[in-house]
Amino acid sequence: MTTNVMQDRYVLIENVNMTFHTKKGSFQALKDINLNIREGEFISIIGHSGCGKSTVLNLIAGLLQPSEGYLFCAGREISKPGPERAVVFQNHSLLPWLTCFENVYLAVERVFGENEGPTQLAERTRAALELVGLSHAMEKRPNEISGGMKQRVGIARALAMEPKVLLLDEPFGALDALTRASLQDELMSIMARSGCTAVMVTHDVDEAVLLSDRIVMMTNGPAATIGEILEVDLPRPRKRLELVEDPSYTHLRSEVLKFLYERHAKKAA
Amino acid sequence: MSVVSFNKEKIMQKSGEAAKVAPEKPVVSVVKPLSTTATAASPPAPKRWKGAATAKLVFEWLLPPVIGLLVFAAIWATVSALTQGLPGPVKTWQSAVELFSDPFYINNPNDMGIGWNILNSLKRVATGFVLAAIVGIPMGFVIGRYTFMSRMAAPIISLLKPVSPLAWLPIGLLVFKAANPAAIWVIFITAVWPMIINTAVGVSKVPQDYMNVAKVLNLSEWKIVTKILLPYVMPYMMTGVRLSIGAAWLVIVAAEMLTGGVGIGFWVWDEWNNLNVEHIIIAIFIVGIVGLLLEQLLVLVAKRYSYE
Repeated sequence: MTTNVMQDRYVLIENVNMTFHTKKGSFQALKDINLNIREGEFISIIGHSGCGKSTVLNLIAGLLQPSEGYLFCAGREISKPGPERAVVFQNHSLLPWLTCFENVYLAVERVFGENEGPTQLAERTRAALELVGLSHAMEKRPNEISGGMKQRVGIARALAMEPKVLLLDEPFGALDALTRASLQDELMSIMARSGCTAVMVTHDVDEAVLLSDRIVMMTNGPAATIGEILEVDLPRPRKRLELVEDPSYTHLRSEVLKFLYERHAKKAA
Repeated sequence: MSVVSFNKEKIMQKSGEAAKVAPEKPVVSVVKPLSTTATAASPPAPKRWKGAATAKLVFEWLLPPVIGLLVFAAIWATVSALTQGLPGPVKTWQSAVELFSDPFYINNPNDMGIGWNILNSLKRVATGFVLAAIVGIPMGFVIGRYTFMSRMAAPIISLLKPVSPLAWLPIGLLVFKAANPAAIWVIFITAVWPMIINTAVGVSKVPQDYMNVAKVLNLSEWKIVTKILLPYVMPYMMTGVRLSIGAAWLVIVAAEMLTGGVGIGFWVWDEWNNLNVEHIIIAIFIVGIVGLLLEQLLVLVAKRYSYE
């Protein structure tokens, strides 16, 4: 019984409010956020820019503390960042003075360094970079590789920590459409193999439908909250090209679009 | 620039003529020199192109500074001709040749060669500078990293930074009871502020993204310093170091004038007492050249340790 509850509510967000206090006064970003995420589930958070979707992610990551409410991961309250919740940052956030290998090694060393020797740590690092197809670029620095490759290193760094939850903050937002598509496909197959839970912030409707089990759609800020949650019951493994013709895919896609552009259209800034 | 375009036209004309006069020549060789590089040109062309490139280099890079120096020398010569007792460029040059013919003589502790004077000044600057780095850089890190420390240090730094370092000389003399450590003390005070401030600014400017990475990876304080802060702050630190050495070298002349002993500053004062004006002018050039070399040396070091 308890295990089932644990699996169904692996990440738990309860009555979370988030207010930022700035010099111009306080600003309520999030209001009454409630969400359960099952173990192994892939969740997308979608909404217009400024709706606080990244704030939700940062709360789960532990980079921010909620003004009110609680967050739990695997039954424990989230009070600070931890290696069981790895983050893939939007702008990859690789350290430019370290090689790809060293960037990933830094994470691996921190998580497994106490129990494993340098050879094992290096082996883990190599395996992670191999997983994202970057064995050939291990000794390169971030400024010597393309944007897509940088984001792959970011993903490798997160996966190498063997996290329970993978948090992705608009991971492919800065990439061109072709690179984005191939990285989405790779992410799908990696997630299928690792079986880890994922929360992804995105503003790309197709990306959300393609990758997610559920899509969390957020209303516009200030005081943004969860508007609707859409179940994506498309069978896996999903194939991009087959889905284009699939009527249920088209239906889900239009549901998200209707939410974003009819019911919660953002006024032009 | 104008030299090049002029030559280009010439070649264009020539090759045009060649095409008319000798139509049996392959067309490609005629077209090539116009379009792209010197290496692709037909045999007679490369020489002209090389000459043009050299001419361009000379015209753009060598000529302006040479003209500048000549103008400077001309003004100097004119002023010296009109002023009694101020030696002109030629007289100064002759005196410099004589001075540098034996830079390392020692007649007695009060009469040593110019080389010894320069080396002694450099030694004082180096000692004060290294001490300032040992104190200033770690302090900058602490101030930049912790807001509390930054607020604590802010009033002291803003109060003391604008004070001329020479005002600290009497304090140095009082505490150390000797001229040499007092001069080093003054250099220390001069050099320490830019190092503290630039290091602190660098540390406080580390992008939040990198600090988020540190938080998510849960890095230890030691790893944060060595893997994130130090590499990021290095360019800022090197700017501080460069400003410090420049200021220290400026101040050493004044400090030595006051403390005496062997050194370029006291040498200037000594030569003023001897009314040897040529030597004073030479000293000005020496100070300038040594300062320039120090700065260039640190630019090289900065490049070596920058990650970009």
